[in-house]
Amino acid sequence: MNAGETTTPKLGVQAATKIYHTASGDLLALDRCSLDVRANEIVSIVGPSGCGKTTLLWSMSGLHGLTSGEIRLDGARITGPHPDIGIVFQEANLLPWRNLDANIRFPFEIKGEKPDRAWIAHLLNRVGLDGFGGKFPRELSGGMQQRAAIVRALALKPSVLLMDEPFGALDSFTREEMNRLVEEIWLDTKTTIVFITHSIEEAIFLSDRVVVLSARPGKVAREYRVPFARPRSLEIMATKEVFDLTNRIKMDIVGERARPKAPEQERASAEIVRIRP
Amino acid sequence: MSDAIPEFSKSKSGDGQEVSLTNLSAFASGPGIKSGKEVAAIIAVAVVIIGGIELALRLFHVPLYIMPPPSSIAYALFDEFPLIAPHLGYTLVELVSGFAIGAVVGLVLAAVITQFPFAEKIVAPYILLLVTTPMLALVPLLILRFGFGYTPRIIAVALAAGPMVMINAATGFRRVDSAKIALARSYGASTLQIFWKIRAPMALPMILVGLMIGAIFGLLTAVGAEMVGGGFGLGNRLTTYSSMIQMPQFFAVVLILSTLGILIYVLFFLIGKKWASWEA
Repeated sequence: MNAGETTTPKLGVQAATKIYHTASGDLLALDRCSLDVRANEIVSIVGPSGCGKTTLLWSMSGLHGLTSGEIRLDGARITGPHPDIGIVFQEANLLPWRNLDANIRFPFEIKGEKPDRAWIAHLLNRVGLDGFGGKFPRELSGGMQQRAAIVRALALKPSVLLMDEPFGALDSFTREEMNRLVEEIWLDTKTTIVFITHSIEEAIFLSDRVVVLSARPGKVAREYRVPFARPRSLEIMATKEVFDLTNRIKMDIVGERARPKAPEQERASAEIVRIRP
Repeated sequence: MSDAIPEFSKSKSGDGQEVSLTNLSAFASGPGIKSGKEVAAIIAVAVVIIGGIELALRLFHVPLYIMPPPSSIAYALFDEFPLIAPHLGYTLVELVSGFAIGAVVGLVLAAVITQFPFAEKIVAPYILLLVTTPMLALVPLLILRFGFGYTPRIIAVALAAGPMVMINAATGFRRVDSAKIALARSYGASTLQIFWKIRAPMALPMILVGLMIGAIFGLLTAVGAEMVGGGFGLGNRLTTYSSMIQMPQFFAVVLILSTLGILIYVLFFLIGKKWASWEA
């Protein structure tokens, strides 16, 4: 990686502001939110419920427009859904009337392209879904459905993968398994990943950086660098560093709600905190 | 920006429960495969019921014009079938062509109207009126205008089936799942692609329910229209046989009509099982 590449972020969010016009009045969901994601990086976004995480992700994907501000992919402004961006939605979002093969074929049908069979077979093998192509979503467990959704998102070889609380509905064991799978896939493809989650542990395990959004209106409150080398083992989750980091992030999020009694020194450190390896 | 706040339905396909009577989830389980013992029991019960009716009717000397015994109905069905068969054909022509017209118009209207929520609110009362008005009431008027041929009957069938198809299909098309539409849009799907690849398949179970109800209403209306006027069709046979007090023949026609109704149900049941069982 040379210096020229690092100056342009893979995905650059510049003062993103989003106002929803609802029946009960305008709702400011994002307020001048800025964030850079570098190529091959995994960035997690955490924050209190309803802080605009999903709004930010949908805006990054081009599914939503912004009220003001802009989002650039490789320097080019995103104005609509982009072929280089894949999305993994909450609760797998498979089409229940299609079997697994047909679900994975869906993006290609929309685009009028021929599916890359070898690549899809490789991905299915990677996530352990060999031989399940004829099954319908209802016949698969939640974890398997989400694996299929990941294959669907990666089938088009996107350079950025946006994941919107993908494992929120899974039990904690399956979730850990899926987290390891995401890391494996990342080691395999080096796809840039933006990951939204409610789970701080998940965010730390997966990410190079964890970005904390403030309560609505969402803006970047803090940012933490996670220094552990990959592949990471689940053992690191038991280390003191992770424990401390988890608590700091938790305090950031909880502190957002219980602001009144925040001690002076904590408020002073409201800038970016970095933990050195 | 008119974007909606991203929302995800927490319950799995909860919309399906709107119409409990016609919930397609019934298609998924179905009657199931029966064991030999169960089949034997079903036949035994049928024999006892039919035999009991036969015995009671003969024992109490119930006159033939009030209720003919099952055996004489069976004999009439067998004996008169060559005479009844052409009328079955006429009724089927009316039913199939009227239903086809009504179903196509109903489906197209449902697909179009649900795209315009404002227009939908305006036309809703008229659609309700069409659904609740018994189209049989219009048959004398239609006969006056179009004579005693197929035309008034086919129109009546189409008018009866169309609104039923439309109202159910509209319910189906209104089931928007914003996450699934977002998925399609994220791959750059056009409005047309979203319709064919997301909205239409999501609506299919409700469309099938509408088609089934429409077909059964169509049969009802076809037979009713035939009873009002015209010299052919199963409905006409009913009036003819009853006016001649030929009760075994009359009941033979009723039996044919029930069979037709059951066949309609089974047909859509099987289609639903094949194409819409994902719903459950």
